[in-house]
Amino acid sequence: MDTIEELVTLVGDGALLGLPTGTGDYSAVSMEAARALVRRGVRNLDIVCVPGGGMDVDMLIGAGCVASIQAGVISLGEYGAAPRYVAAQREGRIKVKESTCPAIEAALTAGERGIPFMPVRGIIGSDVVRLRSDEWKVGTNPFEPHDPILFVPAIRPDVALIHAPLADRAGNLWIGRNGHTRVLTHAAAFTIATFENWYDGNLFDDERMRAGVLPAQYVRASVHVPHATWPMRFGEIHAEDSANLRRYAKAAATQEGFDAYLQEFVFNERKVA
Amino acid sequence: MSDRLLFITTLTRLLEGRRHVFVGGGSAAAATASLLQRALSGDRLQITMLGDKRYLFLSNDYSEIFNCAATGRYDAFFMGGGQIDGGGNVNLIGIGDHPTLKVRWPGSRGTPLIYMMIENTILFLEEHTRRVLVPRVDYISAPGTSEPGVYHPGGPVALVTPRCVFSFDRKRARFTLETLNPGHSLEEVNEHTGFDFDVAPNLGETPGPGLPLLELLRDRVLDELSVIYPQYTETLRNEVDAAIAAQRQAA
Repeated sequence: MDTIEELVTLVGDGALLGLPTGTGDYSAVSMEAARALVRRGVRNLDIVCVPGGGMDVDMLIGAGCVASIQAGVISLGEYGAAPRYVAAQREGRIKVKESTCPAIEAALTAGERGIPFMPVRGIIGSDVVRLRSDEWKVGTNPFEPHDPILFVPAIRPDVALIHAPLADRAGNLWIGRNGHTRVLTHAAAFTIATFENWYDGNLFDDERMRAGVLPAQYVRASVHVPHATWPMRFGEIHAEDSANLRRYAKAAATQEGFDAYLQEFVFNERKVA
Repeated sequence: MSDRLLFITTLTRLLEGRRHVFVGGGSAAAATASLLQRALSGDRLQITMLGDKRYLFLSNDYSEIFNCAATGRYDAFFMGGGQIDGGGNVNLIGIGDHPTLKVRWPGSRGTPLIYMMIENTILFLEEHTRRVLVPRVDYISAPGTSEPGVYHPGGPVALVTPRCVFSFDRKRARFTLETLNPGHSLEEVNEHTGFDFDVAPNLGETPGPGLPLLELLRDRVLDELSVIYPQYTETLRNEVDAAIAAQRQAA
């Protein structure tokens, strides 16, 4: 595909959308695609954060694109709480499916394996279990009847949306050792991606690259957009734009400020170096 | 003696004899204590620390941390919380009626698994008030103890605050006040703690760092720490220098 606008047509209204973390060395958020989704005015997304959400999620919520969200954590990290998320849940405009990182990972692991559920250690006794009692079950270990254990149903996102460091002409993406992204993209019906650079040759030809490849069979479409993570960090490739993130955190404290930010940086696509 | 140095000294002491500590992101005091205990142990203490590539040996990503926790590879962990109650329960969710919380915190992260799996978790708070130390948390992100039969090898061993140090007895699900920080009193701790706790019969004062520990901190830890926490290290360095000068003068 050639344009970001075409790419995001693959995210339909009401889709279960899987998004990767924006944290640290493992960040893989395609902010460029999130902005395109806001411009298109996508509605009623059910979002699963793998396993945490940041500015991308806050922006989609603030723009009215989101019906429900599940995550282990949602915040702007050093820049504070995710203000549009906090406001939307308080006003009941989104459904929060309380969760925890290992439960999301276990549910996606079940999803990628085509099995209906996965047991996961711990968590029993946490109110997260009570708040998810409509879906999660505490059962017993079938091999050890005195061992209660939590079962979470599989999650199979309709679409996973990521930013990848590399793509080759055969449609393979390179995601590195990023396990959360791997399980997300394997569990999803398909993946769409922006990517940073072209790779010369086939990624499968180099044994050193092979372990980090997301094979083309998982990838529906990708678009070459360098630095699509802006203003968020992209692993060790791009640092975050702290001035813009600070500005977002401040602006998004009110709906008016948030709308002004969108006008400037999403609808008019102004970038600040 | 600065409050911060005392805090670090206590966290360092609580890591004595541990094999492998997991340190989350954004906790400079925990990072300092871990590096200091590693230096004290002749580099025997292993550290897995978010945010620092030199101490993040993962073949996968952060998801591997949950696996390592669940298989007992870590035996120490530092954790804070929005609220902590007398049963060692920790709230990272918020306050109010779910799903429309009036106070919404970022979320439980991996703590519902990690806190239950890692032995010797050290709870630490930078605020010791009835706002944080409550009779009963509004939501349990991660429980301090479980009903019999629930697999729960981990749990808290201590709670360190700016006023004092508590130990935690997992069988009784109860904190015991072990030491008071210099200049703080039992009355004051009672006044600012929302839950009931026991008081050690030999209630003493929280020991501060001796000269060798301060010198080790200065010579072995600060440069390494400054890579991830540059601003924190700069102010800590001044406090360490001042404490070393004061102890030399006293001697």
